[in-house]
Amino acid sequence: MAVEHPVAPPSGDQTRIHNIGYRSYDGPRLGRSYARRSLYSQSLRGAYGLGRSVKSKVLPMLLFVVMCVPAAIMVAVAVATKASKLPVDYTEYAIYFQAVISLYVASQAPQSVSRDLRFKTVPLYFSRPIETADYVRAKFAALASAMFILTAAPLLVLYVGALLAKLDFTDQTKGFAQGLVSVTLLSLLLAGLGLVIAAVTPRRGFGIAAVIAVLTISYGAVSTLQAIADAQGSTSAIPWIGLFSPITLIDGVQSAFLGATSAFPGGVGPSHGEGVAYVLVVLGLIAASYGLLMRRYKKVGL
Amino acid sequence: MYDPTVARLTYRALLGRRRALILGALPLLLIGISLVVRALAGADDQTASDLLGGLALATMVPIIGVIAGTGAIGPEIDDGSVVYLLSKPLKRPTIIFTKLIVAIAVTMVFSALPTLIAGFILNGNGQQIAVAYTVAALVSSIAYAALFLLLGTVSRHAVVFGLVYALVWEALFGSLVPGARTLSVQQWSLAVADKVAGGDMISSDVGLTTATVLLIAVTVLATWYAGQKLRALTLAGEE
Repeated sequence: MAVEHPVAPPSGDQTRIHNIGYRSYDGPRLGRSYARRSLYSQSLRGAYGLGRSVKSKVLPMLLFVVMCVPAAIMVAVAVATKASKLPVDYTEYAIYFQAVISLYVASQAPQSVSRDLRFKTVPLYFSRPIETADYVRAKFAALASAMFILTAAPLLVLYVGALLAKLDFTDQTKGFAQGLVSVTLLSLLLAGLGLVIAAVTPRRGFGIAAVIAVLTISYGAVSTLQAIADAQGSTSAIPWIGLFSPITLIDGVQSAFLGATSAFPGGVGPSHGEGVAYVLVVLGLIAASYGLLMRRYKKVGL
Repeated sequence: MYDPTVARLTYRALLGRRRALILGALPLLLIGISLVVRALAGADDQTASDLLGGLALATMVPIIGVIAGTGAIGPEIDDGSVVYLLSKPLKRPTIIFTKLIVAIAVTMVFSALPTLIAGFILNGNGQQIAVAYTVAALVSSIAYAALFLLLGTVSRHAVVFGLVYALVWEALFGSLVPGARTLSVQQWSLAVADKVAGGDMISSDVGLTTATVLLIAVTVLATWYAGQKLRALTLAGEE
């Protein structure tokens, strides 16, 4: 049995603060915009696994290669057969490879934000001179840039290949520019949706499943309904149904304004009037996801 | 072989909090779409078959299978709390078997049941289509749950690999490369559905015998190997 000795009260005033020689920092302070830039570049590198373990490089790099190789093959075929045009339009490419793009955003959006929530690093970020808006903007911009790299790289391959194959310069440049506008919208839209869903859960796996479920189920549901509407002969309903899934939204925008052929059943894209609704919905969704992210990170307790 | 406590904990992990919401949202969406389609197009066997085959069996069952199968064990391994479970005097295969039963039950309730309801809404089980797709969903629930539970024990990125299999291999490759269809849970379960329906609405690229053998083999092997993996589990640190 240990006997508790009462702690002897300190006699007299013997407490003092020792000066052990800590020096305050008087170097340059890089400030808020520097912190925001660093967060952006770190998130962008992280989206391709750079600066992370080998295992986490595998998937993003693999998806990147899967996106680019078919473009290279198409170019090679076009050059070899001396074709007068590329086998695929610039605007069609992202629609064909939507499964790959969905997988990329589903795997990288949660790794960008869910891990910060799970390991409670968000309060540490906010103890730096950045604010909610900086964090949200940096993450949003980083994921959108990563998606843009993923979707624009194959278009660049196609464009360079087309020029090497001596296809018509103005025609190809116009197509390439239209393709770039469309993938920019696609990147912003999917990055916003993915981040909003991923920011809700600290579980990475669950975030991935939720993002992919939203993207594929909405596309599956919309295209099924469109096919049925087409079979029933109510073609006027097809464009309106297309408003309810991200991929068909982009498809609608580009077939209304960017000279793309629609992948809708029956090939009926939205008219210019309906196209305005598409553009408004796309921009509204991007703004809404930014707003929701801002609201999500308003409270730092998390 | 079946431990009620492990089962209760797994149910709670799978259906607790927000998970139940997403799991419940997908079936509700399917039923909602069936209602809309029925109202717009009326009862039509081909439409019903397309919708159940394309949306329910090809998309919904695998996604719910991924969520339930990997969710039954993945998060526990991820945050390390599985050691508390493993340190109990329970056989590792028992743990896996119990979690498998739970994952199968959850997948069935959230995918096969809505398929049946949607089928009845769409065409009132004409040509046995609703029942056939329900049987397919039940059968594929078992195989998917076993497969994705195994993935959950093997890899930290189980959800991604599960989705890659379900979406890229089965949907994309399956539609381009005929050979890929032989190795697809979806086609195996379609073979069973084909047998149930009897008509020519449902077709599969795989024979019934092959499909049954492969289904059983995949389920048993995946469960056995998951038990083996759990016996020698090393907890990886955060990357």
